[in-house]
Amino acid sequence: MADPLLRVENLVRRFGGILATDNLSLDVIPGELHAIIGPNGAGKTTLISQLTGQLTPNSGTIVFGGRDVTGLPSYERSRLGLARSFQITSLLPNFTAADNVALAAQAHDGHSFRFWGNARKEKPLRDAAQAALTRVGLGARADVPVSELSHGEQRELELAVALATKPQLLLLDEPMAGLGVTESARMVALLKELRKEVTIVLVEHDMEAVFALADRITVLVYGRVIASGDPDAIRHNDEVKRAYLGDQHVVVAHG
Amino acid sequence: MVLVEQSLNGFQFGLLLFLLAAGLTLVFGIMDFVNLAHGSLYMMGAYFAATFTAWTGSFILGVLLALGATLLLGIVLEFVALRHLYGRDHLDQVLATFGLILFFNDAVRLIWGPAGLALPLPAWLTVPVQIIPGVYYPAYRLSIIIVALAVAALLYVVVMRTKIGMLIRAGASNREMIGALGINIKLLFTLVFGLGAALAGLAGLMQAPILTVQIGMGENILILAFVIIVIGGIGSIRGAFLAAIFVGMIDTLGRAFLPDLLRMVLSSAAASTAAPALSSMLIYLLMAIVLVVRPEGLFPAAKR
Amino acid sequence: MKLQINTSNVVVALVAAGLLLLPLYSQLTGNIFILTLFTRIIIFALAAASLNLIMGYGGMMSFGHAAYLGIGGYAVGILAFEGIGSGFIQWPVALVASALYALVIGALSLRTRGVYFIMITLAFAQMAYYIASGMSRYGGDDGLTIYKRSNFGGLIDLSNRVQFYYLCLGCLFGGIYLIWRIINSRFGLVVQGIRSNEQRMQAIGYHANRYRLVCFVISGTICGLAGALLANNTDFISPAGMYWTRSGELMVMVVFGGMGSLFGPVIGTIFFLLLEELLSQFTEYWALIMGPLLLLIVLFARGGIMGLLGRFNRG
Repeated sequence: MADPLLRVENLVRRFGGILATDNLSLDVIPGELHAIIGPNGAGKTTLISQLTGQLTPNSGTIVFGGRDVTGLPSYERSRLGLARSFQITSLLPNFTAADNVALAAQAHDGHSFRFWGNARKEKPLRDAAQAALTRVGLGARADVPVSELSHGEQRELELAVALATKPQLLLLDEPMAGLGVTESARMVALLKELRKEVTIVLVEHDMEAVFALADRITVLVYGRVIASGDPDAIRHNDEVKRAYLGDQHVVVAHG
Repeated sequence: MVLVEQSLNGFQFGLLLFLLAAGLTLVFGIMDFVNLAHGSLYMMGAYFAATFTAWTGSFILGVLLALGATLLLGIVLEFVALRHLYGRDHLDQVLATFGLILFFNDAVRLIWGPAGLALPLPAWLTVPVQIIPGVYYPAYRLSIIIVALAVAALLYVVVMRTKIGMLIRAGASNREMIGALGINIKLLFTLVFGLGAALAGLAGLMQAPILTVQIGMGENILILAFVIIVIGGIGSIRGAFLAAIFVGMIDTLGRAFLPDLLRMVLSSAAASTAAPALSSMLIYLLMAIVLVVRPEGLFPAAKR
Repeated sequence: MKLQINTSNVVVALVAAGLLLLPLYSQLTGNIFILTLFTRIIIFALAAASLNLIMGYGGMMSFGHAAYLGIGGYAVGILAFEGIGSGFIQWPVALVASALYALVIGALSLRTRGVYFIMITLAFAQMAYYIASGMSRYGGDDGLTIYKRSNFGGLIDLSNRVQFYYLCLGCLFGGIYLIWRIINSRFGLVVQGIRSNEQRMQAIGYHANRYRLVCFVISGTICGLAGALLANNTDFISPAGMYWTRSGELMVMVVFGGMGSLFGPVIGTIFFLLLEELLSQFTEYWALIMGPLLLLIVLFARGGIMGLLGRFNRG
């Protein structure tokens, strides 16, 4: 097995008396699509936020690409090649789709203390933005303000923004949230393409999508890893079945 | 002996600052509303007291009437204008209440004229009282301390021990909750605002006999109250109390002793120039230090 | 850049042309008062434009901008008092002092957000006010008279009303051009992105506060220039000019015109100061009308005058 791209060891995060992340350890191998599932309140988003630096863990370490990033702020992790999409769409609403993506490309093209030239006329940035937009199927919507995009388009734009930072690891927090059937299918097709180029950690509720996409699945319950393995192993894991019993409709009936 | 007297002065000033800051921090904590016009209510309290005392000829009666009038003014203000600003941008609130300050200052100038008023004390409040053997302290300043401490204690009991206080605290840390409890929020807000106004008015009218009653008197002290809230942590009564005492002490002691201290290292002329500026700056330095160490203030109210 | 013909652009063009031609009108009619009034308006418009850079584009609600007017002004006044009359020294000192002050205040204040930021910038500006009041060598509370305006050799004569007017107008147009370049630059887009969604900008790799701070310093420096102009205009500088109500007025000018609109602060300043002038001719108690008017504008006309003009186009 190759050295892990991301290694999480003994991560702990408390909110008041509640353990949101309970001594959690996790490896992500280069090239894989690693899904993280679990019932509501399992601490999935809390985990992602600690991985990207929006939240600081109480203890434990996060090693990315061989470097301890536990104490690094999110902007520095982004520079190292860690990108995320947000569960609740988090874009710049009064900017166009192209602006959103170009700003992500700009962030990884040296510093931005350039005060004079018109950034919207910088061809390399615009080209990079257009390329990322085309990748996610928004090529024709580049000049539309985000606030006028549909929910599905905004989800795709989230992906384009993350891609434009040229990440080594993409952390996707429920990219399918709130999507309709056709939109979901498009997103799955898109992720199938993307996974060929970039390592992905996918947090998702849509079990059908998870089992169709993942190389490995880690199951979280109450902030703890209760199982980790390939989709078949997870499907037949008794503890996982038990954990999802109250939530069974999610496993069986979704989609 | 001077030290004892100045410390008491500082404590007394701190208590007045607390009365002002408590209203401000309550209104902000529970309604998420920045009220610059809080200083105007302080000023109005003083003007009302001076006027009513002159009319009735009784200091006590004048003060009580003034307290009622400020409470009423606060409630009217909330009802007519400010409640439309809840939930708006803080910038909107700042600008709108800035407009109210302009209005109040000119309204006072129109009604009472540009010259300040005096609020004379009754004779029984001007005598010095022996507090410890050999140390005399003005009865009026002593009564300010007693009244303010009593109000602070009352406020503490109301906020910490009563149902209304529980709602206020719940509102300060989680605004959705009081709505979920089925409480009449509008009424609660009006009540809290009126309470804050009365506290500001009380601070203003108690300060009035010491300084003159004049236009703009609420503005400098309002900024001090802001500093106190920032140091204490927005929404925290306890933080406001401690920070207010601290700021009151530093301000008073700095003004009293800094000139002498500086004279030890500087020439006399330079010292008397630098001292007032330096003692005014001390408070802001304190704020800067708190900010560097704890950007949320010393006692941040529960996280939203 | 595409130039569109719409109501707001037409208004802006008319105002700019009017400002350019005003000295001519003043000359022809012998109305000197209007030239003096508009010199003052233009200087405040520059200050408001600088505030708009952080408020409208950067999302930083500074309630302490009058401090820079004071710092720029005192730099000119103190140097003149100490016998250094050259504008080539006075003005750079004014700019550098403002920038340094902004750097320190900004670094501290930007640790906070929202209301805290409003209160802290206010408190620090008040501190600057007290420092100015404490400088007894330079007049203390009473202020300092500037007997000679900044001397720029034979280049320009600041005592000549028309020359001074055009200098101020040049500074205003220059300042707005600079701000226009900035807001469309890489830096400007980042700053506007941070205003819109800080978390997102951090997540794609921007150290938000570093960009905010630089923006804060640029704004303070431009306002320091306005301060140097203002001191030359009034031949006087005093702590009263940096009192916190002045900061509030600057905010009002920005909001009246329309936050985040390039030319909005100019329109807002003209509106505010003309209204003040007009009202004070009717009554000594002009704030009795201005105060409630402000409340009404906040309640019912968000977006300011430029916002209203914009609505006019769409509607």
